[in-house]
Amino acid sequence: MTAFSFALRDLPRQRLDVSALTPDRLSGLSRDRIAAIELSSGNRRLRVGDLFDLSGDDVADLRFEGSCGRLDRIGAGMTGGRVTVAGDAGDYLGLAMAGGRIEVEGGCGGHAACGLRSGVIHVRGSVGDFLGSALVGELHGMRGGTVLVGGDAGDRAGDRMRRGMLLIEGNAGDYCASRLTAGTIVVLGNVGASPGVAMVRGTLLAGALKHGLLPTFNDCGEHALGFLNLLQRSWQGLPGGFGQSPAIPGRVRRYMGDLGNGGRGEILLPA
Amino acid sequence: MILNGVLIDDTFAEAFGMKATRLIVTAHNLKWALHAAAAMTGFATSVIGCGCEAGIERELPPAETPDGRPGASVLLFAVSTKELTKQIERRVGQCVLTSPTSAVFAGIDGGEALPLGKTLRFFGDGFQMSKLIGGRRYWRVPVMDGEFLCQETTGMVKAVGGGNFLVLAENIDSALAACEAAIDAMGRVPNVIMPFPGGVVRSGSKVGSKYKALPASTNDAFCPTIRGVTKSELSPDVGCVLEIVIDGLTDADVRAARRAGMDAVCAIGAAGGVRRITAGNYGGKLGPFHFRLREILR
Repeated sequence: MTAFSFALRDLPRQRLDVSALTPDRLSGLSRDRIAAIELSSGNRRLRVGDLFDLSGDDVADLRFEGSCGRLDRIGAGMTGGRVTVAGDAGDYLGLAMAGGRIEVEGGCGGHAACGLRSGVIHVRGSVGDFLGSALVGELHGMRGGTVLVGGDAGDRAGDRMRRGMLLIEGNAGDYCASRLTAGTIVVLGNVGASPGVAMVRGTLLAGALKHGLLPTFNDCGEHALGFLNLLQRSWQGLPGGFGQSPAIPGRVRRYMGDLGNGGRGEILLPA
Repeated sequence: MILNGVLIDDTFAEAFGMKATRLIVTAHNLKWALHAAAAMTGFATSVIGCGCEAGIERELPPAETPDGRPGASVLLFAVSTKELTKQIERRVGQCVLTSPTSAVFAGIDGGEALPLGKTLRFFGDGFQMSKLIGGRRYWRVPVMDGEFLCQETTGMVKAVGGGNFLVLAENIDSALAACEAAIDAMGRVPNVIMPFPGGVVRSGSKVGSKYKALPASTNDAFCPTIRGVTKSELSPDVGCVLEIVIDGLTDADVRAARRAGMDAVCAIGAAGGVRRITAGNYGGKLGPFHFRLREILR
């Protein structure tokens, strides 16, 4: 069995919604039927067979090849299996994903992992804005699962996030962990302006601050927190910086806030 | 059957089903982990009067604990899920939560989940935080030395309690030496505890009493000081009897511990003052698990 591969022939003129191409939805379909699936691109409907060269036979292990930066909603709603993107991915990567694994060998656009419930998304490059956040009109962002980013994250990472773990090896943009309800965000690099604004609960562990903290976060002193050992151990085997020990400091300075929104969240910085 | 001069009675020990869990207690160093574990397993010799039977299974090096600190593995046994739940809450709440630098984790993942941090977290008065790490939920409860870290639930399994054997010896010195050797050997068997002080009981009991209020009373047949006025089981050369009670996660674990303990007693043998090994039972009516001494030693 080899991975079922979608090799993009040409860069699409408009963005392409590939949410129909997940291991769940392709299960039991022949190659001809997969080729006949219609995808939305702007106001047009395009057949898979006209866009991609298809090869392989294991639909539980999908692979997108070519210039995939305009392919949106890769792995959206998937509940199992594996999707690999050999290059960049578009927006809404892993939207409302409920299981399985997505590997992106390049970077991806905005709104990755929005509504993620379970499973693992690994982006080796950088991601756009609103990583793991809530879509407009939704109360919560990601509600479970793990997202590992090898590069940087854009603004508003973890906005309204409810549960799960965002692990960012590089830097995060402005308003990281904004309106965070719960869950854990770890940024090994620095975070931009106004981290944790309006956060309710949850944890943002950052390597450094680029612009300082909001005045609505109070210093709670330096501590060796036991749960950091558990976090560190849970990352064993992860690729990149999180798999190295120690990826995070043993002692941290704890700031609690946002006091404008209950003040039960925390930002942890190296002591 | 006579082994190294020790008569092995053709009888069996009787054990009954219990509910059990294992907890991992860790701390800043082993000294404080053992303080917490010892306090938590105190007054837990018998379900009759203590609510549960508990003991330290073994010490754990940092590499074997969830948070990488030194710790101890503790087993708790009770007669019902409800009682075990109550005992966990009380003992962890009063003895582990209170002990400096301590943390507590589930030592059994499967089975029915019993509350651990799920109820203790309320001590945090709203300042507690939960963390879902590796699929397991933990609670961080602020306390005066930092944070009390506690897994939300622990797994409960069906277990076996009350398996016993009696060591009949010439005098107290020989009985103690034999039992201490047995406990040393049994302590190396996983999944078991010997819940009595030092693992040894001197007040073996029989069912019933002349006093109506008491469900159990002294096992007069094995009391040397009244051998002349009761239907004694003791021969003239026996001056002291001690009992070892074993609780284990499975009957195979109890069997292995009994084997290790009785082997150690027999190794001391008649030359060390040990005369006989027997076991307590209630005619097979009390519990479904029967451990025949001679079968185990064969």
